[in-house]
Order: sequence, then structure tokens, then C-alpha cells
Amino acid sequence: MMRIKADTGVCVGSGQCVLTQPAIFDQDDDGIVTLLTDRPDDETAAQARAAVALCPTRALSIVQE
Amino acid sequence: MTKSVAGELADLELPVERGCPFAPPAAYERLREQAPINKVRLVSGGEAWWVSRHEEARAVLADPRFSSDKRKDGFPLFTLDAATLQQLRSQPPLMLGMDRAEHSAARRPVIGEFTVKRLAALRPRIQDIVDHFIDDMLAADRRPVDLVQALSLPVPSLVICELLGVPYTDHDFFQSRTAMMVRRTSQEDRQRAFAELRVYIDGLITRKESEPGDDLLSRQIARQRQNGALDHAGLVSLAFLLLTAGHETTANMISLGVVGLLSHPEQLALVTADPGRTPMAVEELLRYFTIADGVTSRVATEDMEIGGVGIKAGEGVIVSMLSANWDPAAFKDSGELDVERGARHHLAFGFGPHQCLGQNLARMELQIVFDTLFRRIPALRLAAPIEDLPFKSDAVIYGVHELPVTW
Ligand code: HEM
Ligand code: SF4
Repeated sequence: MMRIKADTGVCVGSGQCVLTQPAIFDQDDDGIVTLLTDRPDDETAAQARAAVALCPTRALSIVQE
Repeated sequence: MTKSVAGELADLELPVERGCPFAPPAAYERLREQAPINKVRLVSGGEAWWVSRHEEARAVLADPRFSSDKRKDGFPLFTLDAATLQQLRSQPPLMLGMDRAEHSAARRPVIGEFTVKRLAALRPRIQDIVDHFIDDMLAADRRPVDLVQALSLPVPSLVICELLGVPYTDHDFFQSRTAMMVRRTSQEDRQRAFAELRVYIDGLITRKESEPGDDLLSRQIARQRQNGALDHAGLVSLAFLLLTAGHETTANMISLGVVGLLSHPEQLALVTADPGRTPMAVEELLRYFTIADGVTSRVATEDMEIGGVGIKAGEGVIVSMLSANWDPAAFKDSGELDVERGARHHLAFGFGPHQCLGQNLARMELQIVFDTLFRRIPALRLAAPIEDLPFKSDAVIYGVHELPVTW
């Protein structure tokens, strides 16, 4: 199964992930990425992958379990 | 002409002017086809690496072994003259020129101001600002109207007023001085406007230190006090950074977006038929024009191997976002303006830790402007042939000086 990981230490708050897949990604009040869920379903997976690829600091990754 | 190999000096001297207003300089394509990274000469003297393909551009901009510090030896300062460089070296560094932990410490306190959610709350206010200037355009008794002065420059200026909490009564002052700073006028006029704004912003921050409001500067003051000492000078620099990074860029993109859409009527028709297409049309216009091409330069801090070449510590690297954004390997038919392309992986806002802090604000401004302008003035057209428009073909930030429109 696909799981999303976010490294908040390197996030620079670009918001690219939130723009691309708001069902999975959000930003806290300080602008740092938070995950609404780390398990995309069939409907959200494609855009979640796109968001991971767009992240400018490679803060996001996908792990297969 | 001899074909150059990666690592050999290519016959390109930077900067080069854009020829066709709708395309990168012809040399960009030639170099990109030769190698992902070439060595080029700088008009200012010396050489630098030129990164022209999308994949390598992303790799360099995301790589912490490259520094953004313009004061470091070897940094390719091909866009700056000696006076500006002197000024730069004498001022405290901005987040734009910082690396790693220092950069993170400067950027982190501010990013909460630019989240997608917080910016959505600004939307109605930006809509009001845009409507106000379009009202004025419609009420003008003379046409053509210069869109640059009537809309492109004032909208982002007032949005920055909103962000910084500049009181309403000072909006005219703020707007006129910011417009002067980017006008084709004498160096003295521009410097005077700059100095007046600096004094104004200094005073504004002092006022907010005793009477905080609901704005970015007041929240930064509160945050700094909570964490220790207030850095007044640092806040003046931050306010100026937001102004210089967010005003002319957005203004130029408004003007060019309008030129781009008006000269591709079938693309404009797609957007006006369904405003749901506007966000992606904005992405495409950002890619197509890539107005901030030259700003993503770096200097290597270690020896490394990248894109088939060996780059040594202390060597300068220029990442051409424009070349990368026209790389056919990343964008099919990259020379076409296609508002339905649906591609967000362009580098118009840069990549890596410095990727534009204000990008989502800029996106929103552009979306609102294009939607509102073409809805309220559907008969809008250029009042001069494209060939006669004064494009800023040699400027650091691409744009157009004047844009006569009528309807
Ligand atoms: C269409 C409009 C804009 C374009 C094309 C643009 C482009 C860029 C680019 C390419 C960078 C990266 C520079 C680098 O990597 O060295 C950048 C950084 C930056 N931009 Fe923008 N920008 C725009 C609008 C704005 C706005 C509206 C604001 C704020 C009000 C803003 C604030 C900044 C700041 C503060 C940085 C420095 C970020 C850092 O160093 O971490 N920009 N911009
Ligand atoms: S795209 Fe990356 S850097 Fe931007 S907010 Fe999301 S995780 Fe952070």
C-alpha cells in the first residue's frame, strides 16, 4: 500500500502540495506541511504523486508497504 | 560553426536580449540541444556554467551545495552593475541571498503569512482592488489607456499595502512611489522614490511597534518580541524585499498575460468560456514568459559532477528557468501557448528552498485580474501592433514598459 511521508524539517511552505492535492496536504498556521491522511485512496493517489514530484525541497516522499 | 561538447566554452555571451517578444533568445535552444550544461562567457567578464534543461535546472536549484550568496567570490553577477553590487555588499543580507540554516531562520517566520488558506481570506479584498482600477479605466474619458499605469502597477502595489498594513490614507503615496521606482525615468527620480519609501516604511514599522494592527508586520513584531529581541532594521529589509520581489514581477506578468491572451484569441476564448480554466491558464502564462529568467544564479561551494560536467568550488552557475521551461523534454510543443496544458512543473517561481515565497499570492492576483478584466471589458484589444510595443527585452525582469489598450 502507498503511504505519504512529509519531512517538516525541510518544508519551505511553498504550498505546491496543497494546491495540487488539498485532500491529502495542508499547511499549519506557520505554513509548514501537515498531512490530512497519509494514505491516499484510488481517487487521490494520482494527484498525491504529482504533489510529491512538485515539492521544491523534496520534503515529500512515497513509501510502499 | 563547430559543435561544442559539454564543458567546452559555448559561443554565447550573457546577458542576451530577447528578440521575438514571445520566445526565448534563439541561442537558448541551440545550447539546450548541445548539452544540459554549457560554459558561457559573461559580458561583465569571466565565465559561468549555463544550465538549460529542465531536469538539471531542478537538480541544481534543489542542491544545497550551491550557494545563493551574491557576495561570494565567483557568483555570476552578470545582471548587476558595479554600483548596485556595492550597495548590495553594504546592506544586511536578505533571505534571497542566504543559505541553509541561516536562510531557513529568515524564511520560516514569514511563511505562515503566505499559506494557501490565509491567502484565500485576502481574495475579496484583492477583488475590490482590481474592480476599483477597472472602474477607473471604464470611466476614463480618453482612450487608449496604458494598462501598465492603469492596472498592472497599481494592483500589486495596493496588495502589498494590504499585506503590510499601510493605512488607506497613505495608499496614493505608496502607489506613486512604487510606480516611480520602476519607471523609465532618471536614476535620480528612481533613487528619490526608493529613499522616500524607505523612510516611510521605517516610520510605518515604528508606528506598528506601539500600535499593532492585523497585518504581516504587526505579527512579525509580536513574534520577534516573544522570541527575544525586536529587529527593527531586519523588518524594514523584509518589507522592502516583499515590495521589490512582489511588485514589478506581478505587474509585468499582468501586462504580458494580457498581451499573450489578446494575441492568441482562441486561447482567450477558452478562458472566458470557463473561468474554471483560469488557474491553469495562469500557470501556462507563467511558463511561457518566465519573466525572472536570470535571477536564479548560484555559486558552487564544493567540487561536484552534475549533468555530465565537473563543476568546481567557486564556479558560478546560471540556471535559465526560461530555457528549462521551454525544454521539449519537459513540455511537449513547448513553444505553443496552450492554456489547457495542465502543467504545474514549470520553474517560473524557481525551485528548491528559495522557491518564491509569494507565489500563491501572485497566482491569485493574476487569476483575479484576468478573470475580471476580460469579463468586464470583453471587447478589450491592443491599441498598437505587437511589433510597436516597448518590451523590456534586456531587463532582469521581462515585461513591457507601456501597453496601450482600447475597447
Ligand atoms: C509573477 C510574479 C512573481 C515571480 C515570477 C516571482 C519569481 C520568483 C523567483 C524565480 C524566486 C526565486 C529566486 C531564487 O531562487 O534565487 C522568487 C523568490 C522570492 N519571491 Fe517571488 N516572484 C513573483 C511574485 C512575488 C510576490 C507577489 C512576492 C511577495 C509579496 C514575492 C516574494 C518573493 C520572496 C520574498 C522571494 C525570496 C524567497 C527566498 O529566498 O526564500 N514574489 N520569486
Ligand atoms: S510542496 Fe513541499 S515545501 Fe511546499 S508546502 Fe508542500 S511539503 Fe512544504
